[in-house]
Amino acid sequence: MSEALNIIKDPTLTYRQELVSLARLGESTDTTLRYSDAYYAAKQKGALCDLNEGVMPFRPRYICPDYEKLFERGCAFLQLEPPRDLMEAVNVLEIFYCHVPSITTYPVYLGDLDKLLEPFVRREDPAFAKKVLRLFLRNIDRVQTDSFVHADIGPEDTVTGRMLLELTEEMQLAIPNLTLRYDPDRTSDDFALACVRCMLKTAKPSFANHRMFVREWGERYAIASCYNGLTVGGGGYTLPRMRLYECSLDADSPDDFITRVLPGYIDLQLEYMDKRVRFIVEESSFFKSNFLVTEGFVSQENFIGMFGVVGLAECCNHLMGITDRKKGFGMDPEATALGRRIMDVIERRVSEHTAPYCGAFGHHYRLHAQVGIDTDGMDDSPGTRIPIGAEPTMLEQLEVNEQFHPYFPTGTGDIFKFEETYLKTPEAILQIIKGSLANGLRYFSGYLENNDVVRVTGYLVKKSEIEKLRQKKQSLNQVTLFGMGAQDGAHALDRRIQHHEESAGQ
Amino acid sequence: MKKAPVNKIIPFSNVDGPGNRTAVFFQGCTFNCLFCHNPETIRLCADCGACVPGCPAGALRVNGLGRVVWDSARCVQCDACIKACPHDASPRVTWMTVEEVMGMIRRTAPYIGGVTASGGECTLRCEFLIDLFTEVKKLGKTCLIDSNGSFDFEADPRILSVCDGVMLDVKAVEPAWNDTLISYPRDLVLRNLDYLIKTGKLAEARTVIFPDRDRENEETVRYTARRIQNSCPYKIIRYRPYGVRERYRKLLGETETGADYAERFARLAREEGAARAYVV
Repeated sequence: MSEALNIIKDPTLTYRQELVSLARLGESTDTTLRYSDAYYAAKQKGALCDLNEGVMPFRPRYICPDYEKLFERGCAFLQLEPPRDLMEAVNVLEIFYCHVPSITTYPVYLGDLDKLLEPFVRREDPAFAKKVLRLFLRNIDRVQTDSFVHADIGPEDTVTGRMLLELTEEMQLAIPNLTLRYDPDRTSDDFALACVRCMLKTAKPSFANHRMFVREWGERYAIASCYNGLTVGGGGYTLPRMRLYECSLDADSPDDFITRVLPGYIDLQLEYMDKRVRFIVEESSFFKSNFLVTEGFVSQENFIGMFGVVGLAECCNHLMGITDRKKGFGMDPEATALGRRIMDVIERRVSEHTAPYCGAFGHHYRLHAQVGIDTDGMDDSPGTRIPIGAEPTMLEQLEVNEQFHPYFPTGTGDIFKFEETYLKTPEAILQIIKGSLANGLRYFSGYLENNDVVRVTGYLVKKSEIEKLRQKKQSLNQVTLFGMGAQDGAHALDRRIQHHEESAGQ
Repeated sequence: MKKAPVNKIIPFSNVDGPGNRTAVFFQGCTFNCLFCHNPETIRLCADCGACVPGCPAGALRVNGLGRVVWDSARCVQCDACIKACPHDASPRVTWMTVEEVMGMIRRTAPYIGGVTASGGECTLRCEFLIDLFTEVKKLGKTCLIDSNGSFDFEADPRILSVCDGVMLDVKAVEPAWNDTLISYPRDLVLRNLDYLIKTGKLAEARTVIFPDRDRENEETVRYTARRIQNSCPYKIIRYRPYGVRERYRKLLGETETGADYAERFARLAREEGAARAYVV
């Protein structure tokens, strides 16, 4: 059976999912973009991976439109006037979202929803405003059917932010992903606690280290897709990844890896990125004629290439001959120190490379800790995370994370699964979040062990939707399939649970 | 250098006082409660060596001085030593200096609201606690004591001067029931209850509710609730047989206290004025 026929006959794919799959298949027949033989050999071995981005990048991977501009000026191409009230505002966004391309075909950044909608919400009767927001969230969940669709709130407490949290909890939807931009000086404890409660029950919002992102990107940064840091009015061209464990298989020793093997693979990935970025900017029509560009909702200078890595833990363990993951990276100080040495090399070499068309960022790419894909299995843990099943205490896990999160301006994060008693003590979690962000953690996600909506590696799925797929039924959310793969292959939902600790005296 | 026997340190605990706290559990207790669910914390190791042969990981040995020595790196936490111990003790105890305990607390400090000293009975290590809390205070963190009330807080007020509050167990009020359950005079506990309320240092009171002990439960809860009123939370804890010594399980019950039954006493406490009574 041909691949196309496979897609067409697959009963678990929705019409839209078939369409996307067929488009990918069509794209893969082109041979315009060629890379070096060494690159293809590395890809063949699994040392480098293009994340199925497609051979012909006809749009940037992630696009973060300037929605404030949309609300100020409207959009000529879509014939939208600046909104005058909440209904119009929501309607403008719903239409606009359908025309924002991405690697997933769905918009990966929906804007700072609270800030955008707050002036309109405050002019309405609260009950009416909440109803409009409810329909808005329903529209997003049913139309933008992909968990990498992402909205941001904060750092300030707003009426709209509160309503979005209440609705998120009531509606229990996997879409959109949601981030609180958290700044201890600007985010009140009361609002942060409301976010913690919502996070425990719905696996969102996650907490982003606002100060850290502002330092790197300026005030107008976006958290998009799973946890990507990018610039509003810009985005990310491409995201390939080095699969560090597979890379490490070529090395005789840690030193051999660091001095010989690693630089070679870094350069191959840079070569690959340069070619793709040039192609997107110079050949594809996006930066020439797409209304997002011509009307100034994004500008080319604000785009950047994301240099991904995955599987640092397994790489270090292999290089040091550690076979028991529980005694390896994250627990063994030497293995963790090797991880830092490796990241230092990657960071330096990438920052020394002059990247094309990254004008706003000193002509350099930035690093990204890729969260893994459904087919990775147990070989490569997400980014620099400690492998599932080998997690030490939460304290130790945070301490390790804090060493590695600063390397990744275009995104990294870790996820903590909590036991039920934490619902009664959200302030305990807020204290942990505050401490870890102050110590250099970039991005904190959490959820309760018994939720239906859960965070897999960076994205959200419903466990009940995974069950549907298992029964050969369709799931509207195209990411559910990844969730099933990650659950089966990488046991991604079996992460350590932070338990309440019994006190010693009864 | 002052040292104290530490059974364990839990870096992050959300059940030993408000927020996220580091809990330090000291070995050794003044009470011998029938319902203790970790009786291995009651006494100090007698170096009898009874646990050594049964250790499957080779983590225990008797050294040249006749002392039982525990190798934490080898230990697999199977609890075989605790089950073998005829003295309600544990070989898995580390004598630590204040500076050693502070080593852990300095790591956890960014993530916690404070430190809770528990046990065993931590006030047995009064001098150590005063030094420890003095250091913790320098980090701007709160200090709480988890106590059975066998320390006379009024007679020696130094410890209260460096701690933010005491979480006090009020286990039994009726004298005969107290004698059965705890084997320790109850008057000091009740005096401490009043003194801690008066000084504003009672952070929390707790009472364990036993299955089918209507009269005993009621007397303890009523007395305590009337005293504490709204001055602090009142935790009504369900008895759980897990970990309780077998001979006492027979007396107290093999099943845990039902939630509804415990709720009855929380209601009673609230009726008596302890507005912040709740079941855990």
